[in-house]
Amino acid sequence: MALIECPAGQPASVPALLHRNAKQFANAPAYREKEYGIWQSWTWSQTRGEVEALALGFMDLGLNEGDFVAIIGRNRPYLYWAMMAAEMCGAIPVPLYQDQNAEEMAYVMSHCGARFAVVGDQEQVDKVLDVADDLPEFERMIYLDSRGMRKYDHSALNQYQDVQELGRKNRDKHIKELEARQAKLNYDSIGVMLYTSGTTGKPKGVVLSNRNIIETAKSSSEFDGLKQSDEILAYLPMAWVGDFIFSVGQALWTGFCTNCPESADTMHVDLREIGPTYYFAPPRVFETQLTNVMIRMEDASRFKKKLFDYYMAHARKVGPAILDGKDVSFGDRLKYRLGELFIYGPLKNTLGFSRVRVGYTAGEAIGPEIFDFYRSLGINLKQLYGQTEATVFITAQPDGQVRSDTVGVTCPGVELKIADNGEVFYRSPGVFVEYYKNAESTADTKDAEGWVATGDAGFIEPDTGHLRIIDRAKDVGKMADGSLFAPKYVENKLKFFPNVLEVVVFGNGKEECTAFINIDLTAVGNWAERNNIGYASYQELARHPQVMDTIQSHVEEVNASVAQDEMLSGCQIHRFVVLHKELDADDGELTRTRKVRRRIIEEKYHDIITALYDGSKQISTETEVTYEDGRKGSIKATLEVRSAKVFPVAHKMAAQ
Amino acid sequence: MKDNAESYVTEDGRTIGPVVMEMKNITLRFGGVEAIKDISFDIREGEIRAIIGPNGAGKSSMLNVISGFYVPQEGEVWYRGAPRPAMKPFQVAQQGIARTFQNIALFEGMSVLDNVMTGRLTHMKTGMMAQTFWYGSAEREEIANREVAEKIIDFLEIQAIRKTPVSRLPYGLKKRVELARALAAEPSLLLLDEPMAGMNVEEKEDMSRFILSVNDEFGTTIALIEHDMGVVMDLSDRVVVMDYGKKIGDGTPHEVRNNQEVIDAYLGVAHD
Repeated sequence: MALIECPAGQPASVPALLHRNAKQFANAPAYREKEYGIWQSWTWSQTRGEVEALALGFMDLGLNEGDFVAIIGRNRPYLYWAMMAAEMCGAIPVPLYQDQNAEEMAYVMSHCGARFAVVGDQEQVDKVLDVADDLPEFERMIYLDSRGMRKYDHSALNQYQDVQELGRKNRDKHIKELEARQAKLNYDSIGVMLYTSGTTGKPKGVVLSNRNIIETAKSSSEFDGLKQSDEILAYLPMAWVGDFIFSVGQALWTGFCTNCPESADTMHVDLREIGPTYYFAPPRVFETQLTNVMIRMEDASRFKKKLFDYYMAHARKVGPAILDGKDVSFGDRLKYRLGELFIYGPLKNTLGFSRVRVGYTAGEAIGPEIFDFYRSLGINLKQLYGQTEATVFITAQPDGQVRSDTVGVTCPGVELKIADNGEVFYRSPGVFVEYYKNAESTADTKDAEGWVATGDAGFIEPDTGHLRIIDRAKDVGKMADGSLFAPKYVENKLKFFPNVLEVVVFGNGKEECTAFINIDLTAVGNWAERNNIGYASYQELARHPQVMDTIQSHVEEVNASVAQDEMLSGCQIHRFVVLHKELDADDGELTRTRKVRRRIIEEKYHDIITALYDGSKQISTETEVTYEDGRKGSIKATLEVRSAKVFPVAHKMAAQ
Repeated sequence: MKDNAESYVTEDGRTIGPVVMEMKNITLRFGGVEAIKDISFDIREGEIRAIIGPNGAGKSSMLNVISGFYVPQEGEVWYRGAPRPAMKPFQVAQQGIARTFQNIALFEGMSVLDNVMTGRLTHMKTGMMAQTFWYGSAEREEIANREVAEKIIDFLEIQAIRKTPVSRLPYGLKKRVELARALAAEPSLLLLDEPMAGMNVEEKEDMSRFILSVNDEFGTTIALIEHDMGVVMDLSDRVVVMDYGKKIGDGTPHEVRNNQEVIDAYLGVAHD
């Protein structure tokens, strides 16, 4: 596929867009951050000043074209500027997950050979210093928050504002060179490198060009009619492609304002204060919020609870239809308006969703109840499907065609095809350049014609053109009797129960399916509190007989629903355990984006899996755990293995 | 023995300043009970000074003498080169001494921010009328003080609970709020009464980190009482050990750890 060229007159790089905005939207707010309890804001022209000063400072410290600059920290305007400043210098920003441990960071930083790092605070400085000896190319670190940093050796360490000061002081010396470097940037130059979360094996560096970033930002902004006056809250990891596209790509393209929370803990308060108009969250965030709302309603007075239930029932009935602009009777509309006054309005305000015009969720399947709850309130929540390699967007749901079981139609400029084994392939202007220093993987993923394998199995609905995703293509397997095994399909059904946090289903090549289950400590803990059930730890609560009973009833409910689907009815869960610990990214069981790593779990818990298949009633096990600071410990536990009721396939029964 | 007016550098590179407070032969009695018997020691500028000892050793009484709450029957407290007269608590605060309490003493019904703001009281100069109508200097003053309070809230990472009433907070956070209030007074000497009592390991680590950062960042001299020996040995520059109201050891953590009397007091040797 021919690469799209930059239209004449349009900025062809991220820094060029910044310069355009500094002229066009000079006094409009570009970035905001809450600090010391007050929202501090920077206009577009101020932002350019800050970014340029930093870029000049980088030059003064000797940053070269083509160098990699690691960016590590929570979402702060300064770190977004650092990315843009690196691009101005012709260097390539590489945002890292801030909760990665030092070894994971060392891998990424040595793989790209980062020379500079811009980090948030002492914690990140310490992590990088810990591994600096293994990073021969690494030279200089720039930190933002100077708390606790006074006594560090500053020979290779600079404070962020000091670097900007340096840049401002030596402006005359470097500005010519900086302008020359920016002039060289075009659609083909690299805009950013993002590491995949590494669901399988080591993380891979996905190289995205200015073409990828700008074309994607352009078409997706048009798709949803994003405006300069929009507001977003940047709170998802900076290393994730979505955050980069929303807070840098689309923000620069449309000129809207990016707001950064005060700290991770204040996110919900800040969300409410800002009231974003464009909002993105993974299903987990919506789920947690809904759980919190329901828990608080349980504790509300009887009158309030009644009012809530009454109007929520009405919202579920007509809310989504009103949102989609369908025909709804005058009476129902009037009642919905009353509900808006009494319940929906105040609730949306509490959640911080009063002004949301476009809301997206992606990354995992979202429970239909959760999805409908938000839509019935009148929040335009939609689903999209994408990945780092596509610069996010592959498919998205257009306004008015929103359903919980599809991921939407192809985004503008994207082509889709489904391979024989069900794997989804796409081709678009957003398709990544390559995996850095990994030609082999690049060739495996992207063919000569530019088609990229998503690794997901799915199909396109013939009558609507919507894409439906079943599972990861490599996880889809066959049961011993030859029927289809799609673990994620079953896991998602179970995860839609508030009591269930995480599920791993096994059964590839086996006679029957079994599962590991993690309970949700918030939901189950609250239930325990209300029923006067005492517990000291997660482990104790997880093996409580009543909890086991509840989980068993959930499993059986899911089995009944899976049995409805002829193709997947073999995936009913026959036996399960409730795990004694939460699956955790620190133990390598989940990726940093909280996706299950099946192989690792299979190896680590092989004793429990054996017990699930050999008919044991219980299994004693010992598991190694890693604490946040890297120390290791172990948990011993005896787990009860339960059998769940399975159902005959509805269709086959009728046929016999 | 180092000279009182001299600074010196410790083995791990910390600079400890001259003596700011000196206890000279303090004896404190409650009726017939001698809580403190003839104790002398000093606190130097910029150091973290710990007072340890078994239960009932007189540690909290000692801290109350330092803070001026108790006036000893015998002996003198010298502060910044002069003997200190008996004082009212607000006068002590004005001298730049702030403290936290063993059993948290916050205003439970007030928000965290308001609690921290109370720590700024000694820095507010405008009169009652101006405060009531909040005009002119009162407004400017409150804004300036709020800024200091917010910096401390940021420093102790309690932004998320800024507007939360203290009564709704868990114990570990209340302790941190109390530290915030003490810091808001911008003290030169900070007294901490068992800052880590009743905390879990993680909370203790957080608190240790904050105490060290306070000392490091603001140069605040800190005197603390603590039970957890591990914490004390890691944190403090010098340690005073008390037992039954008497001083049985004084020195660096290393010296104290190898002091036979201290070992006896902690491991429990019969007293004669």
